[in-house]
Amino acid sequence: MNPVRKRRLIAAALILASVAAATALTVFALQQNMTYLYSPSEVEAGKSPISTPFRLGGVVREGSIRRVSGTLQTDFTVTDRFHDLRVQYTGILPDLFREGQSVIATGHMSGGHFTATEVLAKHDETYMPKEVADAIAKAKAAHREAGSSEQGAGSRGKTDGVPDLSPPTQKKSGPGQAPGPARSSLPPASSPLPAPPQK
Amino acid sequence: MIPELGQLALILALLLSALQCVLPIVGAWRDHRPLMATARPLAVGQFVFVGIAFGILTHAFLAQDFSVAYVAQNSNLQLPWWYRFPAVWGAHEGSLLLWVLILDIWTLAVAALGGKLPERFHARVLGVLGFVAFGFLLFSLTTSNPFARLIPAPMDGADLNPVLQDPGLIMHPPVLYMGYVGFSVAFAFAIAALLGGELQSAWVRWSRPWTNVAWGFLSAGIVAGSWWAYSELGWGGWWFWDPVENASFMPWLVGAALVHAQAVTDKRGGLRAWTLLLAIFAFSLSLLGTFLVRSGVLTSVHSFAADPKRGVFILGFLAVVVGGSLLLYALRARFVAGGKPFALASRETLILVGNLMLTVAAATVLLGTLYPLVGEALDIGRISVGAPYFGFLFMLLMTPLVLALPFAPLSRWGKADPASWKRAAWRIVGLSVLAGIIGWILGARGFMPLLGVTAATYVLSGTALYAIKRWKEAPAGKRYPLEMFGMLCAHVGVGVFIAGAILTRSLSVEQDVALVPGQTAHVGAYDFRFDGVAETQGPNWLAQQGTVEVSRNGEAIVTLHPQKRTYPRGQVQTEASIHPGVFRDLYVSLGDPIGPSTGPGGTNGEWALRVYDKPFVRWIWAGGLLMMLGGFCAAADKRFRVRREAPEAVVETPSIPTRPAEQNA
Repeated sequence: MNPVRKRRLIAAALILASVAAATALTVFALQQNMTYLYSPSEVEAGKSPISTPFRLGGVVREGSIRRVSGTLQTDFTVTDRFHDLRVQYTGILPDLFREGQSVIATGHMSGGHFTATEVLAKHDETYMPKEVADAIAKAKAAHREAGSSEQGAGSRGKTDGVPDLSPPTQKKSGPGQAPGPARSSLPPASSPLPAPPQK
Repeated sequence: MIPELGQLALILALLLSALQCVLPIVGAWRDHRPLMATARPLAVGQFVFVGIAFGILTHAFLAQDFSVAYVAQNSNLQLPWWYRFPAVWGAHEGSLLLWVLILDIWTLAVAALGGKLPERFHARVLGVLGFVAFGFLLFSLTTSNPFARLIPAPMDGADLNPVLQDPGLIMHPPVLYMGYVGFSVAFAFAIAALLGGELQSAWVRWSRPWTNVAWGFLSAGIVAGSWWAYSELGWGGWWFWDPVENASFMPWLVGAALVHAQAVTDKRGGLRAWTLLLAIFAFSLSLLGTFLVRSGVLTSVHSFAADPKRGVFILGFLAVVVGGSLLLYALRARFVAGGKPFALASRETLILVGNLMLTVAAATVLLGTLYPLVGEALDIGRISVGAPYFGFLFMLLMTPLVLALPFAPLSRWGKADPASWKRAAWRIVGLSVLAGIIGWILGARGFMPLLGVTAATYVLSGTALYAIKRWKEAPAGKRYPLEMFGMLCAHVGVGVFIAGAILTRSLSVEQDVALVPGQTAHVGAYDFRFDGVAETQGPNWLAQQGTVEVSRNGEAIVTLHPQKRTYPRGQVQTEASIHPGVFRDLYVSLGDPIGPSTGPGGTNGEWALRVYDKPFVRWIWAGGLLMMLGGFCAAADKRFRVRREAPEAVVETPSIPTRPAEQNA
């Protein structure tokens, strides 16, 4: 074998070996770090993993946010307007976290509730992540298939899938003013169920 | 009326770019000089009209012309004037226009400075740049027209997203785009070389400073983005492996590989086909990045459904650019192969190892970024790829690169002396171990902090070793030409970055705490006393501003004022307050008020605060800026400006390219 060929062979073998190694490691890393998104309805139906982490997508139910004084623990309910799931989070919530806002929480089930390690709300407050919108749409479709009609009245509500944001006036009324609706202990009369956005 | 003129200017620019694409390339093909000579005036004309369009859009923002839909969506009467400039590129339509404007600036520079290139080659380069501009202008006009009217005009606009109302935004996109778009020059060179079927080392030499400058800008843009996220998002992190960040990071990685591959082609004539391929990839990834970020495809593939035209256009243009250039590459690459042979132990091999690691890293980032789209398209489910995937693979892939880095400059081209590697390795490893011991004494306990100290010292001492070698061996005055100084600078940047990234990660103390006024939190070696919250007013926001006294062992250090701002439409934006330092940042950001408030206005209530002690975090950006400086310095070398009469590497004919006998020295 002449030196040129030998060198090429070595180079090709090295490249092949590293590509193989990189592929194996990549697949491994992907499998370790992939999380799926589920809606509360899917969790209810038992489709979500029981012990491993997953992402929960939905809307923060109006009037469901409770804070535990003296700690950073916040409890709230994530809903797809058909099923609710109680979420527990300890830490500082993102700026755009508020009731009616769509959120994606990463965490796992512990008992009957979801313990979140991370809560994301999008930077644009009028925007519902497509994934959340789809999850809600899916929940609605599943619901319709189930043939239940008593909740159909919900679709008389807004057609826009993004529920109203907490009114800005709440913020303007002064810092830390007597807790607004967000921290009220009484949930408001259950809001109409909005139909999912788009199609 | 004026916005319609802007649209007209864009249409004229589109027509000129079409001509700029077709005429010079046809001229070069037919060897028709007058046709080739049209390239320059067409490029100038296109620049003028795009400049006019950009000026008109800027005017619409300054004059608050809400009859223009784009202005109405991204500005309002309360927006201070200094944010109306960056608002021009605050959303999709305007940033696309900025992209084209910057492309035209680069094209103009190529037209003006490329006079020394052979006429046909120069015409082809400008033609390819014209094609890219044509694609973007067509995209802008057909799917995202910035001058679309909103009739009747609203009394007031919406608002610029508060996240974007930061000095970081003024800098970040234009600098980043300078980098993205700068790779178009290397791309145009590659395509022109493939079209002509020949590649002279002199042309690669000529294109090197462009790549270096583009890469320098991209480094600066990424640093600006990282710093902005750190100070603006209130999370205190500097990199999240977010799809948007990845979009800018992939071209950077391939660009870094390209910078080095071009050096090999320039100096040794080797790796030509690889250099061309990297140039194609770097620009393709820039295109992908621009489109992915601005079209919203990344949050979901279904964003296509929101505006199907945009999505289809994106896919079509990417297919034409990437597919077309790869096809051309497949057909023509064999004509450009060549170069001097090199031994297994040589500088070329080490550079190749680095290249391989950088491109594989870019590929893994690409996979992780696009995987959710694939999963969705195949209906597997809503997948998200977590940051640990990227972190794990990136660390792994960069390890061989970092290990090889100090040795590449110390090795000779063609054939290195392994005995000299051994000597250098002893010194470098010795110094690294010494640094590790000193770090241990100074308090760096644990595996990660020690790894940070030793890895950084490894790179820094290796680079210093080379600087000393040059000092001893080269005659005074010729010791550090700018090209080499740039390399040293960028490699020092790598070392500084490693120190910053690993030490920040492992030594940071991050705590979320609930405090009532007067209460103190102990974070790291520091005491943070919370003194309550008061209201304060800005030009277009109302903020709740906290006061936090920081002290160490009873000695006052600084008073921090984190804010939670509320903008006109009710958007809330956290402004972290940071006490910067060379060795550590003290960082406080304000969360929410918790629990029942007691005083009037609620200022005595309990608040959630995020308190960080972040050592060495500035080193991350310092490292990035040193890399940028390295790119700029290297580009300024005289060597690139002088064109030699007889290029030493003669045009290679399609023969067996690596037979040593055929190589001329």
